[in-house]
Amino acid sequence: MDSVLRAETISRSFGPVEVLSGVSLDLKPGEVHAVIGENGAGKSTLMRILSGHLPPTKGRLFFDGKSVQFANPVEAEALGIVLVHQEILLAEDLTVAQNIFLGREITRAGFVDDRAMRDRTRILLRRLAAGIAPDTPVRQLSIAKRQLVQIARALRATNRVVVFDEPTAVLTPVEAESLFAIIRSLKAQGVAILYISHRLSEVKAIADRVTVLRDGRLVTTRDIEGLEPLEMARLMVGRDMSKLYPEKPVISSDGDILRVENFAVPGFVENVSFTLKRGEILGFGGLIGAGRTELFEGMVGLRTGDGRIILDDKPVRFRDAGEAMASGIVYLSEDRKGKGLLLKQNLRVNLTLAALDKFTRGMLIDVPSEDKALDTAIRAFDIRARQRDLLAGQLSGGNQQKLLLAKMMLADPRIVIIDEPTRGVDIGTKEQIYRFITTLAEQGRSVVVISSEMQELIGLCHRVLVMRNGRIAGEVSERDLSEDSIVFLATGVHEDKAAQIAAGHA
Amino acid sequence: MTDTALRTSVRTRRLNLDLRALSPFIALVVLVIAGSLINPDFLTTANLLNVVTRSAFIAIIAVGATFVIASGGLDLSVGSMAALVAGVMILTLNKLGGADLSTLALGMLAALALSALCGLANGLIVTFGRIEPFIVTLGTMGIFRSLVIWLAAGGTITMRNSELRELYRPLYFGSAFGIPLPILVFLAVAAIGALILYKTSFGRHVVALGSNEEVARYSGVPIWRVRTLVYVIQGLCVGIAILVYVPRLGSATPTTGLLWELQAITAVVIGGTALKGGVGRIGGTVVGAIILELVANIMVLSNFVSEFLVGAVQGAIIIVAMLVQRSLHKGR
Repeated sequence: MDSVLRAETISRSFGPVEVLSGVSLDLKPGEVHAVIGENGAGKSTLMRILSGHLPPTKGRLFFDGKSVQFANPVEAEALGIVLVHQEILLAEDLTVAQNIFLGREITRAGFVDDRAMRDRTRILLRRLAAGIAPDTPVRQLSIAKRQLVQIARALRATNRVVVFDEPTAVLTPVEAESLFAIIRSLKAQGVAILYISHRLSEVKAIADRVTVLRDGRLVTTRDIEGLEPLEMARLMVGRDMSKLYPEKPVISSDGDILRVENFAVPGFVENVSFTLKRGEILGFGGLIGAGRTELFEGMVGLRTGDGRIILDDKPVRFRDAGEAMASGIVYLSEDRKGKGLLLKQNLRVNLTLAALDKFTRGMLIDVPSEDKALDTAIRAFDIRARQRDLLAGQLSGGNQQKLLLAKMMLADPRIVIIDEPTRGVDIGTKEQIYRFITTLAEQGRSVVVISSEMQELIGLCHRVLVMRNGRIAGEVSERDLSEDSIVFLATGVHEDKAAQIAAGHA
Repeated sequence: MTDTALRTSVRTRRLNLDLRALSPFIALVVLVIAGSLINPDFLTTANLLNVVTRSAFIAIIAVGATFVIASGGLDLSVGSMAALVAGVMILTLNKLGGADLSTLALGMLAALALSALCGLANGLIVTFGRIEPFIVTLGTMGIFRSLVIWLAAGGTITMRNSELRELYRPLYFGSAFGIPLPILVFLAVAAIGALILYKTSFGRHVVALGSNEEVARYSGVPIWRVRTLVYVIQGLCVGIAILVYVPRLGSATPTTGLLWELQAITAVVIGGTALKGGVGRIGGTVVGAIILELVANIMVLSNFVSEFLVGAVQGAIIIVAMLVQRSLHKGR
């Protein structure tokens, strides 16, 4: 079949730096074409070029066999090419329906026709099985639901090409499943799908063909037949990735460092009790919105919480994150950009922010010792910044996560709580982060890993607690760790039924 | 992609940041050249020292405003607070009745204590009431202003003891090493302000709070304390400005400090401090305050625009300064 969209030796430079060199790609109607590669491989740049957000410096685009040039995304959209962004770009104070029709309002006699937009929105959302009311202000939606709204917005018009940039990064497995159903139905209608993802098992499940990019160059385009995730990872990284998870360290002592009893966070968490051993990596699984983040934010004083926390056999209570840190507990937020790092400040300021006391002499900050700490952190955590005076916002997701880790480790914690440690992080960096987490446990520190990636919980943790609707639904011991056991506890049903159930009531 | 795109964008950004930091200094040079072309009397030591002396009050207050704005806050009450503090200080001096240094010291102490309290009130309401600083300080602006009108019974509060006035006079009119005292006070305040903002953990926390409150909170920064303290610092700066201001006229009226908030905020913005917080430039603020006074001075020395329109011109300057900041920001 002829391609609907074809890129011929596309290159793109930013100043002297070429981030994409001579990449060709063709997209056939009715195919799901996955593009994979590490952070910085040029995936997003390629997507932005294909959807008219960025012109190529060299090379040509063909649409239906005719050479085209897009001055802006609107021109691409006119041809039926839309990009579903990775970042959430919605007006928080407007309702779902208002957002979906933002800039393309349906009008009647010059006035906006709210009813028509609501009805169309309802239909769109039903297709996504999103269970979101059209009149809900976007502000009240979780990140996952906001992503679904964005997808609904892209599907508002009839399209020829839909580009998804990591659409499932913030979705739970069940939500992702309903997205895959949509993708399959688009595919059946002859729409071409371009799909970027870090999750290789997902790519295996839905893609027809896979294009691999590395360092801005095309590595290969292959049919999915016979291409296993492990081989994809090898193609992406350029080396063998069979050992993503390090050996789990042996828990040296039996002693509990932390006991939590009947902990509650109003509106999110009820009656949660658990213990944490020294040197243990404890996983927290569950669907997004199950209350995992809120539980730990409540514990370290970032939210109002109530219940007994016993640290080293002594009851404690933290009024703010500073007090928790002083007791040796740090919490690394899942929201790196919003809560973890000051994006407009440089690496040094970010690194020492949580432990500034260690860098003051008398009353004044000792900048040389801060600089020394930054050198150490860059080496120890392999933070790849071309320049030391970069702003934190200019780092890639993986390097931001490493910087955040380095920052929180300066407080020399005994308990490290990491929320979604590898969200938006490429596979090479993932491996480093897993190794780092394991090292923490080997040093006798205790680690809590909150993750929506079940493979991660299984590969990394000694024990996994699964939360559902603000309560602990159950515990999976190391011996019984499997996706099925976690999904069962997270949803209350076995995996094959889970998608339908979640679609019904989510 | 994001990684590789960095190198170039950083270079252009750095250039722009420099421009942003430099722009107040460039504006200052341009104004001085313009002034000297307009009137030969402009570029005399006497006139320039006079300009800087007159800018001292606003500059001192604006140093405090730099802290508030860098932390992501705003204080509209400084002008009214200044009037109230001046009024209460004079009333205290009158009540004490003496004409010696200890009386003066007590009066000054009262002024500083009151201004710190006013700032503390602003800070506590903003922090613990969780109300927009714009609204809080709009409210206290009204409260402080009408308190001073009430204290003055609508008239003027004047220092009665002429001996004390003579004793106090040099703080505004005197000089040391050939430099007027107000300028020395203003330089000292700016230097201490810069030291606190750039070299202490507290200063780092102020900038972190203004950059992103959530990040600061998740990093264990005591944000409530930091936020309250910036308003106290603002209050103290108002108090110090008043210590220098009172000997100038020896009185406070219901119009004392009128529109000082506009001038202080303008000075901060001209100086390159971002109004949304996260960046604080004390040096720029100081230059900003001098620029405002220079403009007024040039207007008086030239005959282009009536000097009664000084406020209008200053109001226009803040808008232009924001436009310039915006275009520099866009450039990257």
